Parts: sequence; structure tokens; C-alpha cells
Amino acid sequence: MILALLPEILLLGLIVLIFLLVVAKPGKDVAGAWLPAGCLAVLAGAGASLGQSALLFGGTYQVDPLSQFMKMAVALGLFIAVTNSRGQATLKDEVRADYSMLLCLSAWGLMLLASSVELMTIYISLEISSYALYALIPLRAGDKRAAEAGIKYVLFGAAATAVSLYGFAYITASQHTTFLAELTTKPWDFATNPGALVGLIMFMAGFMYKLALFPFHFWCPDVYQGTSNETAAYAATLPKLGAVVILVRLSSLLVPGQPGMTILAILGAVSMTFGNLSALVQDDVKRMLGYSSIAHAGYVTIGLVAGTAEGLASASFYALVYILMNLTCFWVVCHLSKDGRNIRYSDLDGLHQRSPVFAFVLAVAAFSLVGLPPTAGFMGKLFLLTATWGRGYDWLVIIAALNTAISIYFYLSLVRHAYTHDPSSALETKKSGLALGTLFAALLLALGILPGPVYEFAAQAGKSLLP
Amino acid sequence: MTASSFPVLSALIFFPLAASLALLMVKGEEAVRRLTLAAGLAEIALALPLASFDLASGGFQFVEKASWVPQWGLTYHLGIDGISLLMILLTVALLPLCVLCSWHYISRRIKEFHIVLLLMTSACVGVFAALDFVLFYLFWEAMLVPMYLLIAVWGGPNKRYASIKFFLYTLAGSTLLLVAIIAFYSAGGTFSIPELMTKTFSPRLQFWAFLAMVLAFAIKCPMFPFHTWLPAAHVEAPTAGSVLLASVLLKMGTYGFLRFCMPLTPDACVTFAPLMIALSLASILYGGIIALGQKDMKKLIAYSSVGHMGFVTLGIFLFSQRGVEGAVMQMLNHGITTGGLFMLVGAAYERSHSREISENMGLGKYLPAYMFFFGLFSLSSLGFPGTNSFVGEALVLVGAFQESLLVGGLAIPGAMLAAAYMLRLLQKLAWGEPSRGATFTDLCPREWIYLAPLAVFVLYIGLAPTMTLKVMDPSIDKLLKDFSARTEYAATARPINLAHTPVMNGKEANQ
Repeated sequence: MILALLPEILLLGLIVLIFLLVVAKPGKDVAGAWLPAGCLAVLAGAGASLGQSALLFGGTYQVDPLSQFMKMAVALGLFIAVTNSRGQATLKDEVRADYSMLLCLSAWGLMLLASSVELMTIYISLEISSYALYALIPLRAGDKRAAEAGIKYVLFGAAATAVSLYGFAYITASQHTTFLAELTTKPWDFATNPGALVGLIMFMAGFMYKLALFPFHFWCPDVYQGTSNETAAYAATLPKLGAVVILVRLSSLLVPGQPGMTILAILGAVSMTFGNLSALVQDDVKRMLGYSSIAHAGYVTIGLVAGTAEGLASASFYALVYILMNLTCFWVVCHLSKDGRNIRYSDLDGLHQRSPVFAFVLAVAAFSLVGLPPTAGFMGKLFLLTATWGRGYDWLVIIAALNTAISIYFYLSLVRHAYTHDPSSALETKKSGLALGTLFAALLLALGILPGPVYEFAAQAGKSLLP
Repeated sequence: MTASSFPVLSALIFFPLAASLALLMVKGEEAVRRLTLAAGLAEIALALPLASFDLASGGFQFVEKASWVPQWGLTYHLGIDGISLLMILLTVALLPLCVLCSWHYISRRIKEFHIVLLLMTSACVGVFAALDFVLFYLFWEAMLVPMYLLIAVWGGPNKRYASIKFFLYTLAGSTLLLVAIIAFYSAGGTFSIPELMTKTFSPRLQFWAFLAMVLAFAIKCPMFPFHTWLPAAHVEAPTAGSVLLASVLLKMGTYGFLRFCMPLTPDACVTFAPLMIALSLASILYGGIIALGQKDMKKLIAYSSVGHMGFVTLGIFLFSQRGVEGAVMQMLNHGITTGGLFMLVGAAYERSHSREISENMGLGKYLPAYMFFFGLFSLSSLGFPGTNSFVGEALVLVGAFQESLLVGGLAIPGAMLAAAYMLRLLQKLAWGEPSRGATFTDLCPREWIYLAPLAVFVLYIGLAPTMTLKVMDPSIDKLLKDFSARTEYAATARPINLAHTPVMNGKEANQ
């Protein structure tokens, strides 16, 4: 049992340690130096617990291939986010330790979420993760937009959560249980059990908000733009994983062709098209990435509506690839802006001269976000489309393929500014982060060329849900 | 079939990649150029084992197969037949010539330029050698990025517009190709191209998959009316970029027709053949007429490419021995001739710093060697007997007249237009007034070196095409035999669900 819960226990240990140190030395950056190493330990723990399976705490908490795959992804993302947020320019020194603690706490909530298989537990895990993030978003010194972003995030989050709870009530009322294992055996079609289906869709809404799926996406570009680069890097990636894992679990309740699935497919199609079209006209790179994440939320739903183990596996795999490529992109954005201001396209001009390594890393991340081979983004998308073709949502596959053509323009703009424009910006670039950036780019290429071994974990996760 | 112990094709794909990594370590402009040139020559040496290609067999040879992503049935599967062999040889041969013709032309970001050239070669060989549909798509898309950079970084004044147009056009075309690949996988249960070739797909799938593939391949070719990216890209691209674009990239479109459309969607090919023939004729005539009015040499050659590629697609969609032979011949010839012409335009540009015809007139008296090559390649371009293009064009025309008098009759003016615009260009360059030749120097040894091999091939294929035909014939025979067996079969008795039924001659297909 200890091994099964190893990543959660290690991360909780880290959080408690930071908390005690902060209490002992208030206002000091007590965690900055050793926290990345601590996160690596959590990652190692997550790796060690990969093969585990257990059903704990009265059947509310399940350790299975899906949860362990997602926990590893969360641990990897947390490591990148924590390393990235070191030496953040727009953070007051006295809150640095608290910032790190909240970051870890939010990731801890996501790990719990990955294993929760009971609606109440899911809800509480979601809130643990969200509350930490509500506090993190406005932490950008001297910037009013950050406060605006914080308020928007809280208000939208509260509204989405309320809808979610409302749906939860419907599900409980009509199905008389809150355990997912029992819920799978109940009828979910509109004819026999309309209340349950409406409730399920409303419950999903809370997670669509986290995922920034249309029409719950409004907060996303504003929050990314308003909050500091480093916080945006976290908020854009890890919470999405939590949302995907729950949506994967919930969508295994539905059958393709049913209204619930079709609604999900339509939302996915609108989300990707809307996200990509809006991203076309952005100038602020973070804002563009915000719209891009709306589009990617749409891509993930492709796997969800397939209703097969392959579909769920490819959605999980795509979620992992997504956080990796997005964090890589943010990594470059954060390191290019030493004073922590937002990056515009023009700030990337001539990057190939100022920093050839970052230019290359950015190009790999951008092409991966488009889905061009030989990057991980291509493989992720190929798996998604292949899994869903012939499952009744061929139109969604075609829309997704066409969206690639729309999205190329703005991702290519990153590369275009970095490689073909002459340097014009006097923006100061951080000197650090080259080695890790290269590592992430190499990971993206490696996952694009040989995705098999990592996909195998996702494949097992999918099989465990839909044998 | 021939299980070669040495993985020739993998070596051809990965050697340029390794060389590009090695380039990262090299300092100094001259050293970078020399190393890339050496890599290009070594790549040709690596291609020598291909000489053991079995001319009697129409199947895939030098096959390499390894598991890649077992969960999805992806395999690392390479192999070539006569058609892809010719294309790979063309690609490999062009690399050192491209390095040589960029020796002075490229003066900034030299290391990056050569890295991009090597990546490009790698991806192009991969496209022609891949026998797994996803592997093919991977190389097909991977080639976009280096080509984009070639135009966007080292291009002319309007490079941003041209490069983005190139990228958007080609990517938009190929997104639906991916959907078609997935649809084939879902119907045929495999991504392996030789296996898919033995299956017959439902008419509905064939119909839509054909349209999706044609969009991708017709944009790449490019066929009228999808050609508008080509003149823009050619005019802005540096010489080496234009050469690769014309000689190799355009061939991928027609290669796609031969490799995928005909074997996988034969019924749809027959259904759409009139449309494709009409578009080919439109390309031939449109390209020729527009080329007549050009003032910019590169634009003229770009539009002439549209016309020449029209002959290729015309030949393919005649589905006759002569037509397809002529088409493959023309693919190779266009690569040689147009590549040579672009190099010559580049050489003129290095002297006059202009691609305008009016700025490069009257060179005949002062640059005899230059005009010799220009004359030779121009004659070849217009299909003069004795040069390589004559063979290809004549075969296509024979096929066209076999098909119908109307098709042949409409293609003939295209050949005449080619003569009109090329001779007009040649005449102005040789004897046009006012002459600017007095200030220019004639070809230097480096230029001789990169032009002479192409000139040799122009005459060799023109005067003795037998060898080339021998290489391609078994593959074409097999392609057409499979094709006609299927379309007849489909015409006589067509079960409702054909997806998993092997066709009559499925067993002998290959391997």
C-alpha cells in the first residue's frame, strides 16, 4: 500500500516540509534551492509505483494503470513547472516559499484526482487542486492584470464547480450511488434515465472548465495573459491532466452514438475550430497559447468519443504529449523574458542569433503543437485520429485534420519570427535553462520517433477501463 | 525479395542526418561547404549497392522491415521498385550539385543552409523508399520544414509571402491525406503499402480517399488550378531550393499518383480519369501560355514546370503502357532538365544580379560555354529529338493518341507552346540587344562540374533510353497488370463488401 501511494506520500511530505520551514523562517525562500530535486524524487516515486494496483479507502481511491500513468505525467510536469518558476522576476521574495508550496499542493490535488473513483472524492480532489491555483494566479507583483486574471479564474471556477455539484446531485438522485464502478453498470441513455445523463454532462462541465473546452473556455486566454509567465506555464498544463483523467473515466460510462457522446464530440469540434481561429489573430504569445490550449482540449475529446480502449489510451497519451510540448513552449517563453513581462511575436525576432538553442527548442515545440512529424505531437494526433475513425464520428476526425491546416499559421509564426526575422528586440534573455530545454525538445522528438514504450503505459490504462 | 544484408536504403536516409549533426561541430565556411560536398559524394557512393537492383522483377527490392510502433501496427518498412529507384538516384545525385551551385550564391548562415540541404535529402529519399503509409507521411511532412526554411531564410525579397504560401498550401493539402491513410488502415487493417495494394476497397471509400489523395498530390505536382504557390516559391527560393523543388518535390506528387492512387483506388481512378486528363491538359496549355508572357526567367521556368508536370499526370491517367512509361520518363527528365535550367539561371543571377530576361541578354558571343548548356537544356525542355524530354513527351503523346484523338490533339499545342517560350528565351539570351555579356565572365570550372553531369544525362537518356526504360518497365508492367485486373474485376462482378477480399491475382502481388 505504501508503494502504491508512494508519489502522493512523497509529494505530501514535500508540502509539509515546506510548510514547517516557512513557519520556522517566515518570508525566506526556504524551498527554492532543493525543491527541483525533491520533485525529481516524486517523479522517481511515480515511476516506481507504475505497475501497482489497489483499491483503497472504502473503494473511493483506485490505484490503476490510468492513475499511475497520469501521476507520472503530473510529477514530470511539476518538476518542469517548479524548475521553471525558480528565480521568477515578478514574484515578491517573501512569498516565494508559499508559491512553491501552493504549486506542489495543487499538483498533489491532481494526483488525488487521478485515483479518485467516487464522485465526492473526485469533487474534493478537484477543489484541493483548484484552491491552490486560485491563490497562485494573482501572484504577479505590480500587475493589475494579474488581479483581474485571478478574479476571473475564481469566478468562472466557482460557477463551473456549482454546475458540477448540481449535476452531481442529479446523478446521485437518479442512480443511487456515487461510485464509478457501480455507475458503469447503470443505464445512461436518455430514454430510460434522462436525469442521470443530464447530471453526468453537468458534472463533466466542471472538468471541461479545467480543460478549457468550449463553451467553458472564456477564462483561459485572459488568465494566461494576466498571470505571470511561470504561473501560466503551470495553469496551462497540469490541471488539464487532472481534467483529462476524470473525463476519460467518465466517458467510459458512455457509448458512442448516444446523445452524451455526441454532445462531447460537438463541443470538441467547436472547441478546436474556435481555439485555432481565435489564435490566428493574437499578438501576445501567451494569449495565443491560451487559445491553442482550447484547441487542444478539443483534440483530446476525439479520443474520448471513440468509446474504445484505444481511444481512451490515445487521449491519455495525447494529454501527456500536450503538457510536455506546451511546457517546452512555455519554458522558452519564460526564459526569454528575464524581467517577466509578456512576450510578443516581435520579441522572438532573430532568436536564432541571440540563442540558437532556444530557437531550436521553440521550433520543435511549435511543430509538435501543430502535429508535424517527427515530433510527439504528430504521433499523439495520429493515434487519436486512428482510434476514432470508423466509430461514428468520422466528421470529427476530418474537422480535426482540417484544423491542423488552420493552426499551422500561428505556430509557424513562432518559427518564422525566430528564424527568418532579423533581431530587433532588446529583450534580455536568461542564460540558464538551455540544457533542460534541449532535453525537453529531445524528449518531444524521441516520443515522435519511438512512441511505443511510453504509449504502452497509456494502452494498459485504456484497457483497464474498457477491456 | 532480394534480401540485402547491407541496409542500403536506411543508410541513404540516415547518412545525411548524421552528416548534418557532424556539420554542427565544424567551424569555417569553406570547411562546411567541403564537408557537405564530401557527404554528398559519400551519399552517392552509398547508393552504389543499388546497382544490384534486379531488372527482371517488378516487386519491391532492398526491403527492410522492422517493428516500429507495434500497438498500432506501424512498421519501419522500406523498399524500392524501378520507379522509386530512379527518383532516389535523382535525389542523391542532386545533393552535391546543389552544394556546388550554392558555393557563392549563399553567403549568409552557411552552416544552417547546408544542414537544411542534408535534412532535405534525407526526407526526400525517405518519401520514395517508405513502404509503410505512416512512415511515408512522416517523411512527406518532415520535408516541408527544411523546404520552408530554404525559401524563408535564403530567399529573395518577397520570401515571407512565398514561403508561407508554400507551407500553407502543401500542408493544407496533405492533412486530408492523413485522414485517407487512416481510412485505409481502418478498412484494410494495416499501414503496409504492399499489403494494402493486394486489397480491394469499397467504391465509397475509394471515391473519397481518391479525392483526399488527389488534393495532396495535385497541390504538390502542382496541377492547375492548385499551382499558384509554385511560381511564388520558385522565384523567391535560392538556386538550390529551386532545383530541389523542381527536380524532387514536384515528383512526389506524381509519385503519389502512381504509388497510391492507382493501386489503392483503381475504380475511383477510372471514374475520375476524364477529370484528371482534363486538368492535365489545362495545366499543359495554361502553363505554356502563361510562360510565354514572363519577363522573369525563373517564373518562366516555373510555369513551364506546370506544363511539363501536366504531361506527367496526363500520361499516368491514360493507364496505358506508353502513357505511364512516358510519365515516369518525364518525371526523371523534368528533374534533370529543369534542375539544370535553374542552375543556369542561378549562374546568370550571380553575374547580373537579376533574373529579368532583359538584364541577361546577348550572352552568346561572350559566354559560349554558358550558352551551350543553356541551349542544350532549353532544347531538352521543349522536347527536341535527341534530348531526354523528347522520349518522355513522345511516349505520353503516343499514349494520348491511343486514348483518343481529342486528348492527343489538345496536348500537341502544349508541346508547341514549349518550343515557343523556350526558343524565345534562348534567342533573347543568346542574341538579344542590348547585350550585357561583355562584362560577364564565362563558366568557371566549378560551374562546369555541376552542369556537365546533367548535360551528359540529357544526351544519354535522349539517345539511349533503353536502360532507363528497362529499369522502370517491370514495375510499370506490374502496376498496370494489377490495375487492369482490378478494374475489370470490378466491372464484371462487384460484391457489396470488398474491403477484406483479396483480388484475383493478389497472391503474386509481392513478397
